[in-house]
Amino acid sequence: MNEINKRLLNEFQRDFPLSAAPYADIATKLGITEHEVIDRLKELNQSGAISRIGAVFKPKRIGASTLAAMAVPVDQLEAIADLVSSYEAVNHNYEREHRLNLWFVATAPDSESLDSVLNDIEQNTGLTVVRLPMVEDYHIDLGFNLKFEDPLS
Amino acid sequence: MNLPAMKRQMPHGDQVIDETDRRIIIATQAGLPVTKRPYHDLALQLGLEANEVMARMQKMIQDGVIRRIGVVPNHYALGYTANAMSVWDVPDEKITELGERVGQLDFVSHCYQRPRHLPSWPFNLFAMVHGKSTAAVEEKIREIENVLGEDNRGNALLYSKRILKKTGLRLT
Repeated sequence: MNEINKRLLNEFQRDFPLSAAPYADIATKLGITEHEVIDRLKELNQSGAISRIGAVFKPKRIGASTLAAMAVPVDQLEAIADLVSSYEAVNHNYEREHRLNLWFVATAPDSESLDSVLNDIEQNTGLTVVRLPMVEDYHIDLGFNLKFEDPLS
Repeated sequence: MNLPAMKRQMPHGDQVIDETDRRIIIATQAGLPVTKRPYHDLALQLGLEANEVMARMQKMIQDGVIRRIGVVPNHYALGYTANAMSVWDVPDEKITELGERVGQLDFVSHCYQRPRHLPSWPFNLFAMVHGKSTAAVEEKIREIENVLGEDNRGNALLYSKRILKKTGLRLT
């Protein structure tokens, strides 16, 4: 990956300009044209290197959410994972290597509707949903430092 | 689209957002337009002035509703294919101090206190670690072990085996 693309990925994860022409501001910082910034970002978007350019929201500020885990028998994993993913309230769902093997994040407008989603999942699967809501956030989110050259990063 | 001028109070957190903020969030959650005047384009779409869109986003940053605005890289596509949820059992009375130290490590993308579920789940500190290989992740885990020292009363490392669903924040 060339230097300019690396800088676009690493140096603009926060403080994206809230100005009329933000890509022109970025262009000035990088010493290239606005047109080139837009082209490169579109390219990085299309290649999948960028998920999006936009706001990252603080958890728990909007609606109610929790991390949840289930111990699913291996022969039922496929079906139950599909069922859990089918809920609109579920926005992340991962299979992990542990007795608790299905991990998901559920988000709802308020805690009552969050509870009703989780209760519904329990009723439909006959399995317990272990609820692990965030108590405190210790991470100061400044973005993620991508280390392009270091294989041990 | 004309929405009623009511203010919907959002639960959780000490700040609230109103209906217009909510519409801005919905319009931007898939990303800002990559055009010469993205906030103007957004404003046009929402029937607002660009200055108002920018001012409201600025206020949501100040209020802590928005954590940051920027490029969101896809770690997986960029070679960070190993991700592990590391979970730790640390003394409750020291968790704030320890959590803050772990949360500062630059390879940790999320660091939270969560409730224990005894007896089977004794862990109260969660740190998400990303690396380009499992060897890289294990190297990072040793760094966390060093930070926690004797306060590490037990830990587990849960690698992701499969991503079954991943979508951004959805407000409807």
